[in-house]
Amino acid sequence: MLKFERRREPSIVMLYAAPVLAVALTILAGLALFTALGKNPVQAIGLIFITPLQSLKSISELLVKATPLILIAVGLAIGFRAGVWNIGAEGQFVVGAVAGGAVALAVYPANGLWLLPLMCLAGVLGGMAWAAVPALLRTRFNANEILVSLMLVYVAALALSVLVHGPLRDPEGQNFPESRLFQPSALLPALIPGTRAHIGFLVALAVAAAAWALLELHMIGFQVKVLGQAPEAARFAGYSGNRLVWVCLMISGGLAGLAGLFEAAGPVGQLVPALPVGYGFTAIIVAFLGRLHPIGIVVAGLVMALTYIGGETAQIAMSLPSATTSVFQGMLLFFLLATDVFVNHRLRWIGRAPTRQRAPAAPATEPAE
Amino acid sequence: MAEAPLLTLDGLTKRYPGVVANDDVSFSVDTGEIHALLGENGAGKSTLVKMIYGVVRPDAGSMSLLGHPYAPLRPFDARARGIGMVFQHFSLFEGLTVAENIALGIAPELAKGDLAARIVRVADDYGLKLDPVRLVGTLSVGERQRVEIVRCLLQSPRLIIMDEPTSVLTPQEVGVLFATLRRLAGEGCAILYISHKLEEIRALCHRATVLRGGKVVATCKPREETARSLAEMMIGINVPPMWREARGLGDVMLRLDRLSIASGKHFGIDLADISLEVRAGEVVGIAGVAGNGQIELMRALIGEVAAPSDGVIRVAGRPVGRHGPAARRRHGMSFVPEERLGHGAVPDMSLWENAVLSAAERKRLARRGFIDLAGARAFAADVIAKFNVKVPDERRAARSLSGGNLQKYIVGREILQAPKVLIAAQPTWGVDVGAAALIHEELLGLAAEGAAVLVVSQDLDELFAISDRIAVLAHGRLSEPKRVEDLTVEAIGLSMGATAGSSVHA
Repeated sequence: MLKFERRREPSIVMLYAAPVLAVALTILAGLALFTALGKNPVQAIGLIFITPLQSLKSISELLVKATPLILIAVGLAIGFRAGVWNIGAEGQFVVGAVAGGAVALAVYPANGLWLLPLMCLAGVLGGMAWAAVPALLRTRFNANEILVSLMLVYVAALALSVLVHGPLRDPEGQNFPESRLFQPSALLPALIPGTRAHIGFLVALAVAAAAWALLELHMIGFQVKVLGQAPEAARFAGYSGNRLVWVCLMISGGLAGLAGLFEAAGPVGQLVPALPVGYGFTAIIVAFLGRLHPIGIVVAGLVMALTYIGGETAQIAMSLPSATTSVFQGMLLFFLLATDVFVNHRLRWIGRAPTRQRAPAAPATEPAE
Repeated sequence: MAEAPLLTLDGLTKRYPGVVANDDVSFSVDTGEIHALLGENGAGKSTLVKMIYGVVRPDAGSMSLLGHPYAPLRPFDARARGIGMVFQHFSLFEGLTVAENIALGIAPELAKGDLAARIVRVADDYGLKLDPVRLVGTLSVGERQRVEIVRCLLQSPRLIIMDEPTSVLTPQEVGVLFATLRRLAGEGCAILYISHKLEEIRALCHRATVLRGGKVVATCKPREETARSLAEMMIGINVPPMWREARGLGDVMLRLDRLSIASGKHFGIDLADISLEVRAGEVVGIAGVAGNGQIELMRALIGEVAAPSDGVIRVAGRPVGRHGPAARRRHGMSFVPEERLGHGAVPDMSLWENAVLSAAERKRLARRGFIDLAGARAFAADVIAKFNVKVPDERRAARSLSGGNLQKYIVGREILQAPKVLIAAQPTWGVDVGAAALIHEELLGLAAEGAAVLVVSQDLDELFAISDRIAVLAHGRLSEPKRVEDLTVEAIGLSMGATAGSSVHA
């Protein structure tokens, strides 16, 4: 019989093997799924995981999708390490896009090198402002930040819709609910000429590096980790839980806001109601897939972007249902959580199964050790 | 005594990856005998008892009960053969009554019928007062232990295993427990008594088997030994006698002035009017049974809960009552909390990271917010070396250390910050004799260097060994501290508030 038992120390091997295993299991489950659907499984998996890596265009699209995922996930990971569960990055993403985009629209048609930094600043502040609501409610009234931040996502999406139907609507746009196209200097410079890949990807890499330094070398990161792992020890050390809740929500909100601005000022180029496409939620998976570690998140963000691009390719080429991408992302998280259990636990073969279970489940039958 | 031994262990061996927990352990327990199992933490007592009680199975060796082979597969088998056990940490449901708790832990056929009446009868028979309809949540620790003992007795045991039963009792409660155990032994029930309290073993036990490193190193009659000779058998080296030189007392370093804090929690204790002075060079002990405000007092002293005003807690004259832990550390305070894992140390973090936890500021382990990795590791290595922490290096996770080693590390981390005031709760709880001696010596050494040391402990032997003055915390109130020379264990026991028969109400 197999017995499930806790490891004395967490397994370092499993810590790094779990995401790889999760990807492998997702592919296996995908093969089974496509077979059940009557599609050629090998072709489908190839379209999802291999084909997107074979052309410059799709690689550049990979970077476009990975940029917001990495930016948001890095911020979320810092909070998750502290046990601060910001689930509303999608809303902060929208508000950041609106705030930054509004700056460009307000000064339209002015151009200049100063414009983009100003928009970025506004985007970050917008995301922070949206995250300040759950932060305030949590620290003042002990309201659950998961619910508050999540509900604010829908408020933000509706607010965006109101704005592009009203004040921010393109005056020359024949009443389409869209803003103007941003002026040239309000757009992010291209990273690879002729593609949509923009320098936001480099910013995302720099942010990941900075977050790594914060977590591994700085006292704030240290305090975040102590608070998440042992809240009593954080109190013993004298770390202010409320202050850390604010720090985490401001970092994750600010980065989500920046990601939103990058999306508006990058591939989209204007404010549209369909701006939020779920990056804020997918980034939660990315954060965990990347082990809440900034470098891991860069890799996980690229893998997740691959499922987006590959999923779309497969949908078109093999007329698969549009849910394919979501199913793959869901399976990835599912298998990751499953394999994660083995970081702190292991299966062990023990001789034979117990033959009878007559003793009642008494509280005092096992030594307390 | 009977002709055939009640329980015989023959060559019991149990290996775990990397350690041999029990190595060829053989001894026997006679009918009606109180047999001590003596050994440091990690000596293998707990594994041995688990094999007898059917929780783990031996890799080699055999047992026999009254001449018949005995190989329990699970605790149920052990109970069916007449072996009961009272654990150190009780597992009782606070929201259920005494009778309901007992019914849950015994064979279903025993739980039927007039259980409450039988509980009262058995309890009265052995001089243990117990009301079957009381909620366990309202019982004192001593009374909870009685629930566990009565649960065993209802199953008419031949052998009762008791794991460190006195660690949670007042001296009066210990007296009642010993009377019960002697009475049981007189009726032919054997008792396997696990402890490292040497005086108790000398007072109570007929024979003792001493374990060290998983092996039986001696079997003796404790009454013919001294506490010192027993300790030497247990740890295998000559124990240095605890020395205390007369110390000159300096200024008042810690002053509590009518400290009152309402707990605000269910089952919590309100601190009421606590006043105390600890001078430089002095060790003051706070005695008391668990659950009388120790947790609340430690929170207030560490600064995790703020006092109502700044002036009620003063360190070297400076008011710090509203300060948090970090600010209090800046004023020269250090703290050793009761819980090692999760409070005094982060279990999954390495030892050097745990050094940063409380020493970041005073040992300058962070510059402009950035952690000085080399400095932190050097400080951690220093603690490990000076406090004889048995660990390969400072990168090991705190949770991988044994209780004694981690406690040495935590105490060392605090003492090497050269505090003016050190406050320690249960500094040697669950710690082996060798580590306890080292910790006591270091606390006395710190006081000798001019620090004020306050020790909150339930272990009276410990407090008498190291304190200059002792006060008693009962129901959230602190008694007037008295000099140790003017105190007896009995007097302290009485001021702990609870007489043997009554309970401590939360």
